[in-house]
Amino acid sequence: MQPVVQLRDIRKTYRNGDLEVHAVRGISLDIHKGEFIAIMGSSGSGKSTLMNTLGCLDRPSGGTYLLDGINVSDLDRNRRADIRNHKLGFVFQGFNLLSRTSALENVELPMLYAPRRVSADEMRERAMHALEIVGLAARYDHLPNQLSGGQQQRVAIARALVNNPQVILADEPTGNLDTKTSVEVMGVFQKLNDQGITIVMVTHELDIARYCKRNLIVRDGLVVRDEPVADRSFAAEELQKVAQAEVDAKLTHDLASHSNAKD
Amino acid sequence: MRIVATIVIAIRALRRNKMRSFLTALGIIIGVGAVITMVSIGNGAKAQVEAQVASLGNNVITVSPGSSSASGARGGQGSSNTLTVEDAVAIQREIVGAVSVSPEIRNGNQIQGNGLNWRTNISGVAPDFISIRAWSIRAGDIFTESDVRANAKVCVIGETIVRQLYADVNPLGQTLRIRNIPFRIVGVLNQKGFSYSGSDQDDIVLIPYSSFMTRVFRWRRTINNILIESSSAEAMPRIQQEVTDLLAQRREGREPDFTVRNQLELAAAATETSRTMTALLGAIAGVSLLVGGIGIMNIMLVSVTERTREIGIRLAIGAHDRDIRLQFLIEAMILSAMGGILGVSLGIGISETLSRVNGWPVLVSSQSVIIAVAFSAAVGIGFGFYPAHKAAQLDPIDALRFE
Repeated sequence: MQPVVQLRDIRKTYRNGDLEVHAVRGISLDIHKGEFIAIMGSSGSGKSTLMNTLGCLDRPSGGTYLLDGINVSDLDRNRRADIRNHKLGFVFQGFNLLSRTSALENVELPMLYAPRRVSADEMRERAMHALEIVGLAARYDHLPNQLSGGQQQRVAIARALVNNPQVILADEPTGNLDTKTSVEVMGVFQKLNDQGITIVMVTHELDIARYCKRNLIVRDGLVVRDEPVADRSFAAEELQKVAQAEVDAKLTHDLASHSNAKD
Repeated sequence: MRIVATIVIAIRALRRNKMRSFLTALGIIIGVGAVITMVSIGNGAKAQVEAQVASLGNNVITVSPGSSSASGARGGQGSSNTLTVEDAVAIQREIVGAVSVSPEIRNGNQIQGNGLNWRTNISGVAPDFISIRAWSIRAGDIFTESDVRANAKVCVIGETIVRQLYADVNPLGQTLRIRNIPFRIVGVLNQKGFSYSGSDQDDIVLIPYSSFMTRVFRWRRTINNILIESSSAEAMPRIQQEVTDLLAQRREGREPDFTVRNQLELAAAATETSRTMTALLGAIAGVSLLVGGIGIMNIMLVSVTERTREIGIRLAIGAHDRDIRLQFLIEAMILSAMGGILGVSLGIGISETLSRVNGWPVLVSSQSVIIAVAFSAAVGIGFGFYPAHKAAQLDPIDALRFE
């Protein structure tokens, strides 16, 4: 089967005055449908540039990028916008929801810019469906500042989902979240992946990367390691462990206070 | 992307900053309001001038005395007065197209009537004078040709005389004394108000010119003006020329000591003045509209910077350049259109208030409203374009990273 993403010798060079910075030095990569990949690397490794290239936000200086069989490496600005709109979904570290705009309207946004006209009813229906998938249908009319960080990120995931993309790209999606919320968000991603959605995310947290199926490590503009995750974490189990730990802690606390009261 | 959705997005963005949107639009509100008020005042003044010019009569040619010079000292207009009633009669008899002709001879004098007295202007005229000047009679009638032939002691008075002497009685049939000579009041003129030069046109007593010269002011041999009404506007230049020739011929080669002017020239000069004033006022107000436009541009630039991340999000999820450009352009246009509509109301309101409180003649023309609104819409597009273009050119990666 043809891979969804096919990178061949992708290079990206930035010119900073007289200095040439080689951010990506020739990465070749195949991503198949249903994969769940974490790209890891220290800052300056080129992982952000790789991600921007995958996201069609940036054009590579060299090499070819086939997305769903389409060569997107030399498309112009507006064609790339169309590709982003209906082939890709974005989830950012800072959520990047429109403020003072309801969850539902945030999720409807990609359909507003769809090349094909979407009726208001269909827009609402599809947005509600996406919110249901991430478990936030009940809060469709909440504004971002009325939602917790985890909930905001789930709205962002719903927004990424709504145009049925080939790939969801997540740039440090748990970077702004606490551990428990991070696990919940990874649970949403795992659920989506189980339904066959391809996900590529950037993270620098090893334990978050273990929720994925395949880990890439980028250093100095090259992929230095590419391996399947051996000991994969599952969000459902982890959450159960956390819940159990909380119950235990509570019991200990109760016992302690109980014995204190006796004295 | 759909225009309707863009408009909704733009309105939502403006509503988020109500106060700022209002203050931004205020520049346009004041600009449009000023344009409409100023042009209305100018138009009002113009209309008044035109009305006053019309009150001098249509298609009227005036012959007035010229100047004389003695030993090199030039006497100024009227110093050489050789115009006579005979000149007027000659014109009436010989010029084709001179529909009516009236001599006019004036003198200021004290008058008595109804136990009161008043100093006013006495004018000796022919009955046609009223129709030539396009004046009208409110009560009674103008004296007749036979009154003129009989040197009759009859008069027609203006509204100011009624107010000063006959406030409590019906003036018709009353006796008015001019230099102790009793005149019977046969008519009252309709009110005309103040003239362009500021004199009270209603402070007047009209008597037959024959009575004026034979009974009241017997030393007067010459007259002040001859008024000629031409049959049409087209005939005026010809009649003007023929009158000049006729009077020159009657003076048998002497230096021409009279001037023949027509009402149109006077009217043109007067309207030209008020037109210049209107244009000047409009231009000054236009500057404030321009300043308002710059205000919109300023706020739109701030808004673009402030919402860089939002623009980044929109670009990342598939907005084209033109979607972003349109969004900000529509915002600017809504601001200026809102300002335009409120400005029109403000301008009309101020104009109405001015005309009510100060009694200024104010004329709100639909033309000035349309021009002001069109101009403000153009300001919106013109000054909104640069910020909108700037927003549309943003790079999505930089925009998303913007703090």
